[in-house]
Amino acid sequence: MRNIRFREALREAMIEEMERDDRVFLMGEEVGHYQGAYKVSEGMLEKFGEKRVIDTPIAEGGFAGIGVGAAMVGLRPIIEFMTWNFSAVAFDQILNNAAKVRQMSGGQLTCPIVFRGPNGSARQVGSQHSHSMEHFYATVPGLKLVAPSFPADAKGLMKAAIRDDNPVLVMESETLYGVKGDVPDDQDAIPLGKAAVVREGKDVTIVAYSRMTHVALEAAAALEKDGISAEIVDLRSLRPLDEDTIVASVQKTHRCVVVHEGWPYGGVGAEVSDRVQRLAFDALDAPILRVTTWDVPMPYNAKLELACLPQPDRVVAAVKQLVRRAQG
Amino acid sequence: MDTAVVSETDPDVMLFRVLRDDGTADPGVDHGMTDAVALRAYFEMRRLRALDARMILLQRQGRVGFYGAATGQEAVPIASGLALAKQDWVFPALREQSVMLVRGYPLRDYIGQVFGNAADNLKGRQPPSHQAGKAVHQVSWSPVIGPQIPQAVGAAMAMRMAKRRPHEIAVGYCGDGATSQPDFHAAMNFAGVFKAPVVIICQNNHWSISVPTAKQTASRTIAIKARAYGMPGVRVDGNDVLAVYKVLRDAFACARSGGGPTFVEAVTYRMGAHTTSDDPKLYRSDSEVEAWAKKDPIDRLRRYLEARGLMDDARDTKLEADASAEIVSIIREVEELAAPSLASMFDDVYAELPWNLREQKAALESGPRAPKH
Ligand SMILES: Cc1ncc(C[n+]2csc(CCOP(=O)(O)OP(=O)(O)O)c2C)c(N)n1
Ligand SMILES: [Mg+2]
Repeated sequence: MRNIRFREALREAMIEEMERDDRVFLMGEEVGHYQGAYKVSEGMLEKFGEKRVIDTPIAEGGFAGIGVGAAMVGLRPIIEFMTWNFSAVAFDQILNNAAKVRQMSGGQLTCPIVFRGPNGSARQVGSQHSHSMEHFYATVPGLKLVAPSFPADAKGLMKAAIRDDNPVLVMESETLYGVKGDVPDDQDAIPLGKAAVVREGKDVTIVAYSRMTHVALEAAAALEKDGISAEIVDLRSLRPLDEDTIVASVQKTHRCVVVHEGWPYGGVGAEVSDRVQRLAFDALDAPILRVTTWDVPMPYNAKLELACLPQPDRVVAAVKQLVRRAQG
Repeated sequence: MDTAVVSETDPDVMLFRVLRDDGTADPGVDHGMTDAVALRAYFEMRRLRALDARMILLQRQGRVGFYGAATGQEAVPIASGLALAKQDWVFPALREQSVMLVRGYPLRDYIGQVFGNAADNLKGRQPPSHQAGKAVHQVSWSPVIGPQIPQAVGAAMAMRMAKRRPHEIAVGYCGDGATSQPDFHAAMNFAGVFKAPVVIICQNNHWSISVPTAKQTASRTIAIKARAYGMPGVRVDGNDVLAVYKVLRDAFACARSGGGPTFVEAVTYRMGAHTTSDDPKLYRSDSEVEAWAKKDPIDRLRRYLEARGLMDDARDTKLEADASAEIVSIIREVEELAAPSLASMFDDVYAELPWNLREQKAALESGPRAPKH
């Protein structure tokens, strides 16, 4: 067991998979000589050379398409977006091509590609750089999507993503890259589509992923002081979604709060709510609540940004609202 | 794409210059910059440099969140501001935010935007170096590289569509790296096809964060790309404010009179870091930076003004001191102002405040509660 940073875990996964399979390569802006905008790919150019760690011109639509093309003829590209925000200009390649290659070729062709990079807000980077892009992508059939919260999951899910025969989107977080966690020496691929209960509790289920799992943990610690026991389900995988784990937890706690960054209209939170009300309706003692970013473009001002994003106090308030309601 | 080694006679790589090394202007060129305009350019460039230096300092002290400086690249935005007419529209990238200062936007408002507080006309919404001023016809800039270039062409086309505004033009800016984006190529193509009254200006500062221009494009120059889109491409010394002014005035006049678009590659150099989130020592040599320091656009203009008896140490020192004092006094006045109200984040999302945002606003104002939606 080693205690390593999130970015190191991702790097180890890529390096191990590149050593294991010479069809895997990494491509993106500044991934090589600059060692990655957030140093995720540090040392990889030196290790694998310019044929497998490829710096690109600034054209996300271009190199996403280069990746899709390479994947269709048998390679396994890892495409890094400097942030997922920039995938907006590559959306067509992901939505209309990567996601549909298998289906539109009648199953003849495949697109085993990984798109990865930091997602969600960072700190005061403005509305255009703070999007939670998972909500746009999780709706697309043909894609798989993971958003790990801890280094071990980051490593295991990245390895699984690279080995998977479908396009897989790995959503990281600038604010998690420096976070440390224990990673087993032999951390292998973690199956896609499996959530994890990262904290057991009995009064409420808080469903979260990525950085919001950490916010949920903070909220749970505060709730504990008030005698409320929160269970936290870390989704890890947003598509496929592990509804069994969510439902089993809600059947135990009878209450559910979903916490995610990104807007409240539609999206992953709405999806989870739908599954819970359909599959655990009889278990629910209260409506499902969601704590999300407010329904506005992210402000830059630090105070406004803080108030715009889901914070532990808002999660605590949502949980208390449910508990009070059930008692009342 | 080192300008020192290219042939001066090949039209695709020729670099247009006016200011010679001895500080005099090439007598064979009618550059059209009066002494009054030259002095104004000098003042604006010096003030911009002082402003950028101060903001970088404040960023290091944690008093400013982010900053994108134009150090070494002052000639293009300042000459642009001086050459544009009041009615023209500006679609800037990161390095041309200051065009608006030359066109009458108050320095206090500009600095207020950097602090994103009550002094900010943009209400704390956008990071520093993302200005917007409708009164001076300068639009918001989205930092996801590229969109302003086709927007500039669209604005230019709009000016002719209704034939209501026959004398307006639009100008769109980008960096060398941005020329890799599809938006750049779409903009160039539309400008050419529709003969839009637009000037597209690329500041080739040799770097896109850590990527040198040679790794963005295999073209010998960036200006040469214009040829494929059926419009003139001009390559100008971007550190020579007289040359930039001359090229832009000609290009603007051409667009204004129905002669169609021009593409301008201004060859310059980013003297500082890409932004405050970057360390250029990781990827470029000190000697490269020192070589470009010798071609500093402000020093070159100063030598020209000195040769004409318009500038000396005393005047320069005073000018610098006055500019710094003005900047410092505005910072002192605006830095500690309050943040915009938290609830203001719900404003301007739509023309009207919809019911769901009204509810969220109330929820935010009444303290931490789960959002209603
Ligand atoms: C679509 C997109 N991809 C990547 C980035 C990250 N990025 C910000 S600035 C920049 C380099 C821009 O270089 P250039 O166009 O030459 O402008 P300069 O900063 O040199 O003025 C990059 C890659 C971005 N903002 N948007
Ligand atoms: Mg550049």
